Amino acid sequence: MGRIGVIFKRELVGYFATPIAAVFIIIFLMLAGAFTFYLGDFFARGQADLIPFFDFHPWLYLVLIPALAMRLWAEERRGGTIELLFTLPVTLWEAVVGKFLAAWCFTGIALALTFPMWVTVNVLGEPDNGVILASYLGSFLMAGGFMAIGSCMSALTKNQVIAFVISVVVGLGFVLSGFSMVLDLFSGWAPQFFVELISSFSFLTHFNALSRGVVDLRDLVYFLSLISFWLFATALMLEWKKAE
Amino acid sequence: MTDSGYFHTMRKPEAGTEKTVDVMVELRQLRKTFGPIVAVDEVSFTVGRGEVLGFLGPNGAGKSTTMKMITGFLTPTKGTVTVNGFDIWKQPLEAKKSLGYLPEGAPAYAEMTPLSFLMFIGEMRGFRGTELYRRVSETMEKVNLEGVAHQPIDTLSKGFKRRVGLAQAILHDPSVLILDEPTDGLDPNQKHEVRGLIKTMARDKAIILSTHVLEEVHAVCTRAMIIAKGKVITDGTPAELEARSRYHNTVILRLRGPSTDGVQATLEGLPGVRRAEALDGAEPEYRIIPKDGQAIIGAVSQCVHRQNWDVVELSVEHGHLDEVFRSLTMPAQALT
Repeated sequence: MGRIGVIFKRELVGYFATPIAAVFIIIFLMLAGAFTFYLGDFFARGQADLIPFFDFHPWLYLVLIPALAMRLWAEERRGGTIELLFTLPVTLWEAVVGKFLAAWCFTGIALALTFPMWVTVNVLGEPDNGVILASYLGSFLMAGGFMAIGSCMSALTKNQVIAFVISVVVGLGFVLSGFSMVLDLFSGWAPQFFVELISSFSFLTHFNALSRGVVDLRDLVYFLSLISFWLFATALMLEWKKAE
Repeated sequence: MTDSGYFHTMRKPEAGTEKTVDVMVELRQLRKTFGPIVAVDEVSFTVGRGEVLGFLGPNGAGKSTTMKMITGFLTPTKGTVTVNGFDIWKQPLEAKKSLGYLPEGAPAYAEMTPLSFLMFIGEMRGFRGTELYRRVSETMEKVNLEGVAHQPIDTLSKGFKRRVGLAQAILHDPSVLILDEPTDGLDPNQKHEVRGLIKTMARDKAIILSTHVLEEVHAVCTRAMIIAKGKVITDGTPAELEARSRYHNTVILRLRGPSTDGVQATLEGLPGVRRAEALDGAEPEYRIIPKDGQAIIGAVSQCVHRQNWDVVELSVEHGHLDEVFRSLTMPAQALT
């Protein structure tokens, strides 16, 4: 196990040593369920798929993931442990990646705990499990995108409230840019390639593609490069703001 | 005698008696600015194996900033730091391997227990399996942490937290130790313990520690450096530092019985004596200040014999470090 692994393990265990894990997972599961059954009319639709479930994920993540991410680096700064971490024989990117992977993996655990939805729909009907699997993959990748943005904002400021608010706003930008409502604002006057450019930056465009069951390499590359970009920005922020 | 060159010349004969000059830490023209503020201004020095360097200075003098640059946490604006032969910026991983660091306030992950925290640090340092367990349990024993091994760190007292910080710094038996206020906030017994620990480790390591407590310099340091406004003001042994005190080699003489008039004049007539001050007290007591810090205890004791005075106390003062500290860091006010 390398140093990334050591940091990953410490961080992940840390979530479960504090009430954060329980609170986050319970709230996530409750909200996911409530949205699916009440707003999504899961039963009334009478269809054996999880579309009403996955449709709400961008909005759940928009609020919940920044709440989880805001402490990533802000907490290290507040407690002074950042000084400890970066005077150990570890590189900046190892620390950034290790902490990010732990946080991402934690959201993955929360997501995996929604398996009763999948069981339910399989008991009630005969859904296309390939589509559901692709949707889970898309949802997990999207969670990583939100988490990487949050990681960068957490590195930017010692104040967790500010980190949370900025993460939500930036995340909202990435969600909304795929909305037809927003795209319509541009499509009247802007050239077509520009509208497509905006839409191609959106979480929704790529998430929707995956949740239709089409695992396109481009969507995977989109999420992974988005995560890499924000992690790179995190490292820059840390280097720049370390002394504060 | 006011320039720091005085101490450099005094250090020379001592350097010759050292067996090997094994330079472990070297700072060259280290400078750090935060915007318009110069925190550390062209600081250069070396620390060898076996040396315990005490960093003294008022708050905000640049002690912590210097330590943060030595340990590679802060990037210097200018200058270089080498630890065990490795440049901390060009070969950070190699340099950091031979470095143990206790940051100010001894930070640690609050939700972890001392045991899990030290296991984490050990794993980060590359130890695995039985070697890891051995190191962790030995270090816990050294700093007396066994009793609280399974309690979350944020429930521990300040003394224990400090020991956890010290434990993570020495876990890998580093050849260079940087300790930022290692005894701050400890009770006298804990201070004594930590100082004892530092002393036992001093032989084969280079240790730099910062402190506000001047008695600590006496207790553990082989060398003391006063820093003010980012600059090194003096660098010498604690004894040399004391020699700069106005009270260096001052003799205190306390006599029994009612005070007699002739005593003060007799004392001032002795060779090498600049002045004899009568001190307030129930019994006649005098502070005899020598000229240029020369040793006058011999002359005084002979005089006591000759005069047949009934002596209660006769002692030599080496000087007051805090007075030296004040006069060097706030020269204008020390004159008054």
